[in-house]
Amino acid sequence: MSQPQIEIQLIAAVVAAACALPGTFLVLRHMAMMSDAISHTVLLGIVLAFFVVGELGHPLLMLGAAVVGLLTVSLVELLNKTRLVKEDAAIGLVFPALFSLAIILISVYARNVHLDQHTVFQGDLAFAPFERAIVMGIDWGPRTFVVMSVILLLNLLLIVLFYKELKLATFDTGLAAALGFSPALIHYGLMGMVSVTAVGAFDAVGSILVIALMIVPPATAYLLTNRLPYLLALSVLVGAVGGVSGYWVARALDTNIGGAMVMMLGVLFGLAFLFSPQRGLVARARQQQQQKWRFAETMLTIHLLNHEGQPEYAEECRVDHLIYHLRWPPEFATKVVQRAVRNALVVRQNGHLLLTDAGRVWANTAVIN
Amino acid sequence: MQTQTNALTITDLTVAYKDKPVLWDIDLEAPAGILMAIVGPNGAGKTTLIKAVLGLVKAAAGQVQIYGRAYHEQRKLVGYVPQRGSVDWDFPTDVQDVVMMGQYGQLGWLKRPGKAEKAMAQDALEKVGMAAFSQRQISQLSGGQQQRVFLARALAQNAQIYLMDEPFQGVDATTEKAIVALLQTLRAAGKTVIVVHHDLQTVPEYFDWVTLLNVRRIASGPVSEVFTEENLRLTYGGRVAFLATNGNV
Repeated sequence: MSQPQIEIQLIAAVVAAACALPGTFLVLRHMAMMSDAISHTVLLGIVLAFFVVGELGHPLLMLGAAVVGLLTVSLVELLNKTRLVKEDAAIGLVFPALFSLAIILISVYARNVHLDQHTVFQGDLAFAPFERAIVMGIDWGPRTFVVMSVILLLNLLLIVLFYKELKLATFDTGLAAALGFSPALIHYGLMGMVSVTAVGAFDAVGSILVIALMIVPPATAYLLTNRLPYLLALSVLVGAVGGVSGYWVARALDTNIGGAMVMMLGVLFGLAFLFSPQRGLVARARQQQQQKWRFAETMLTIHLLNHEGQPEYAEECRVDHLIYHLRWPPEFATKVVQRAVRNALVVRQNGHLLLTDAGRVWANTAVIN
Repeated sequence: MQTQTNALTITDLTVAYKDKPVLWDIDLEAPAGILMAIVGPNGAGKTTLIKAVLGLVKAAAGQVQIYGRAYHEQRKLVGYVPQRGSVDWDFPTDVQDVVMMGQYGQLGWLKRPGKAEKAMAQDALEKVGMAAFSQRQISQLSGGQQQRVFLARALAQNAQIYLMDEPFQGVDATTEKAIVALLQTLRAAGKTVIVVHHDLQTVPEYFDWVTLLNVRRIASGPVSEVFTEENLRLTYGGRVAFLATNGNV
């Protein structure tokens, strides 16, 4: 692998990991769509800050973006609070307004700057290695890589430091407020984190794909674990795997890297959705099948228990009689009996079924519950 | 009553959503060591009253004092049990972790829970009969178990005064009895417990004080004095005749 190839993969992994961290809390707070809004409106902050400092890549652009990100959140909340507009509609109102303002400003005043629509929508990872971060005469690597590494470390640091507060405010806002941890402060802190991360990731994958990097890895990890620390770690891992594998897919198909990254994340999500050991569709279908058989076996034991010791028992407990009495199709009845025999709930004797002790206990427990 | 500091004193509290009052000029005094029910019809402002005490909703007027001082100075003295439905039980965590959240207030910003907090959480779980569930994922709990976990979390706050929003909502009879026993233990230990309650029939059995609320405070005091048919009619309108025939009032 050439150096630019390695660098592109590193950037892809770092960008995805940095997005996955705040994204996890967005998903837990049912605020996935807010990342869509923020990742678009930060463009306005970038444009406005660009007019002030006159160059791209200035740290002030990040600040401008963060301010507009927070403005987005508070405008959405303000609209929502009037109770005239629901939250999803409020997001749909605020973000196109600010985003379109940014687009108009770019096309009128900054036509010649590298803030064109292509960058805005897709980003450009392929050329990222050529823009170097040179500080104090030393080449620290591609600019996007350096910026995103700093953002990743910052996100990690904030989440580690304020883990307890973030968790409490996300799970139970009321208790957080009652205990004196300002949920509003935590909320806006998180939104600031989302804004800054969105701007950093912007260069690499563009504003539309940022939302996928923030939401898909945690949504995938959510299917695989039910502990918050693992959820965070798995999100980062899924993001990084999606980033690196996306690079190779893009190479093979000769296409846009950001698009391929998100496609690979979609594939990873699909795999978890189908095959997660506990929550996947396949596992669930198997559980339901098992429940169906288990229930039928229980019905059988209860039926036998009801007639045990009664004159008609010899009649009722014959296998062919079950078909008639329980109205089970013959094949189904045979299978249920086989399973019940295998599980030692009943024994077969001269074409009759007899409850075992275990079967009796099983039926009694089922009846009591 | 003024000679001794009340656990909770509310004076002239008004809460409004826009210009619609939810609570009108509420005065309330709860001496320490009582078990008080707050009852009233739907929309009477019971939950709002508790939230206003905790500073979760803004008061338009009036003040709240916990042992003679403002709530934000006395946070550590107050335990809170919100309505069970107010949180997402699919949140990725286990029972012990939720109970430990009760101690976050004592810990303050940045400090992390450690062995001592874990032991206290386990102790609290034992008191609500959930010790065996500490590693259980919270999404796997029944409604009654969720309620017990919330109670354990409040116990872990190790407070002097407990505010509980419908702790009996959706729990079975066994759990209800267990919760009542727990509340009585708290009172016996000198704590003050204030509970938003729905079942008028059980008020005299479970509680020694009661506040009747319907936007305004209709009455508040010992059950034997204020839980009268007259006051109930004032609170609920004409729909409480069944109580009179039950001989409870």
